[in-house]
Amino acid sequence: MKKVEVYGPGCKRCQATADLIAERAAALGVAVAITKVTDYAAIAEAGVVATPGVAVDGKLVHSGGLPQPSAVDAWLRG
Amino acid sequence: MNGTVPLPIERPHLSRLGWYGGTALALLVWAIVYPQLPALAEALVAVLPVERTSPAGEALWFFLYDAPKVLMLLTLVVFAMGVVRSFVSAERVRALLAGRREGVGNLLAAGLGTVTPFCSCSAIPLFVGFVSAGVPLGVTFSFLIAAPMVNEVAVGLLLGLVGWRIALAYLGFGLLIAVAAGIVIGRLRLEGWLEDWVRELRTRPICPTETALDGPGRIRAGLEAVREIVGRVWYWIVAGIAVGAVIHGWVPAELLARIMGAEAWWSVPAAVLIGVPMYANAAGIIPVVEALLAKGAALGTVLAFMMSVIALSLPEMLILRRVLKLPLIVTFAAVVASGILLVGFLFNLIAG
Repeated sequence: MKKVEVYGPGCKRCQATADLIAERAAALGVAVAITKVTDYAAIAEAGVVATPGVAVDGKLVHSGGLPQPSAVDAWLRG
Repeated sequence: MNGTVPLPIERPHLSRLGWYGGTALALLVWAIVYPQLPALAEALVAVLPVERTSPAGEALWFFLYDAPKVLMLLTLVVFAMGVVRSFVSAERVRALLAGRREGVGNLLAAGLGTVTPFCSCSAIPLFVGFVSAGVPLGVTFSFLIAAPMVNEVAVGLLLGLVGWRIALAYLGFGLLIAVAAGIVIGRLRLEGWLEDWVRELRTRPICPTETALDGPGRIRAGLEAVREIVGRVWYWIVAGIAVGAVIHGWVPAELLARIMGAEAWWSVPAAVLIGVPMYANAAGIIPVVEALLAKGAALGTVLAFMMSVIALSLPEMLILRRVLKLPLIVTFAAVVASGILLVGFLFNLIAG
């Protein structure tokens, strides 16, 4: 089970990022638990400056903008 | 908008050469089509049942020439900025700015603000992330003022509609205001007016372990920017050009020169007052502004109007209220508005 955090105040792109990760995980058959972190202090503490940010198993892998699907696949496989 | 977004099409088979060649070809087509636009608009108006020199003919020509011209230029500028931005990340900018001194820090922040990927829903995380990692408040404000004011949509539109001189003036004075306002805010020592939780928060500057993009990835980032930004603003631009066309065709020049001309000193503060509450229409405002300029409105007044529409907005201030106490928001707005007023008066004095 991969633990994925999506950091963002809940704008359209943050939602799209969470949806994309869920979709790619389903396509790859990887079990994921996606948590959306919307609290500004928690976002800052994770080190995210540009939203949406993505952390996989506690490690920040992305920040700012919708990630590429191929990048999402790499995080989920790795 | 619903929550589902179609997956961007992946093209793993397109080679590196294919990406570069395709981009070069697209740029070539752009360069061939762009100079033909005036003739194309002329030909289109000739087909329509209106007199070319009548108000309706003037308005139609204006619209048919300006709409494609502006959209083409905007697409090019946004694409280029998308590629440039793929080299910059907000986290790296933060690491660069942390602990910077006044002056150099403000200059660097304003410059980086123009090229850092930034969306309005990122404003708060960015602000908190900067301040909590030790970027001085004044330097953070320089960034926060420059990022929306000197953006690719504004510069692309100005370039297309009013020429490179005014685009350059807007760019230069926009940066100058961002630097000066940041220094003033820094000097005022207003850290006490941050919301308490922001002041207490301390973070380490971390960079995401993202793999670097290759050449085709950067081209794709540019295309993505075009899809996203041009896709979001094109109808505002078309609407703005339509309004501009009406002004062009029917509004008498003498009337505007009297209301918005350099003689009327109050036109600058009035332009700022009207400009601040306008926000979503930034893309639609510049085409209108061009028509106003053509009808004798003073450059300083128009510049002040544009800057206040784009840089100061009520929705943004409401969002900032989450992290700033009211006196700091008021100070921020007042300092930036004063800068815009100064630029407006200065230009009216020089150009008028």
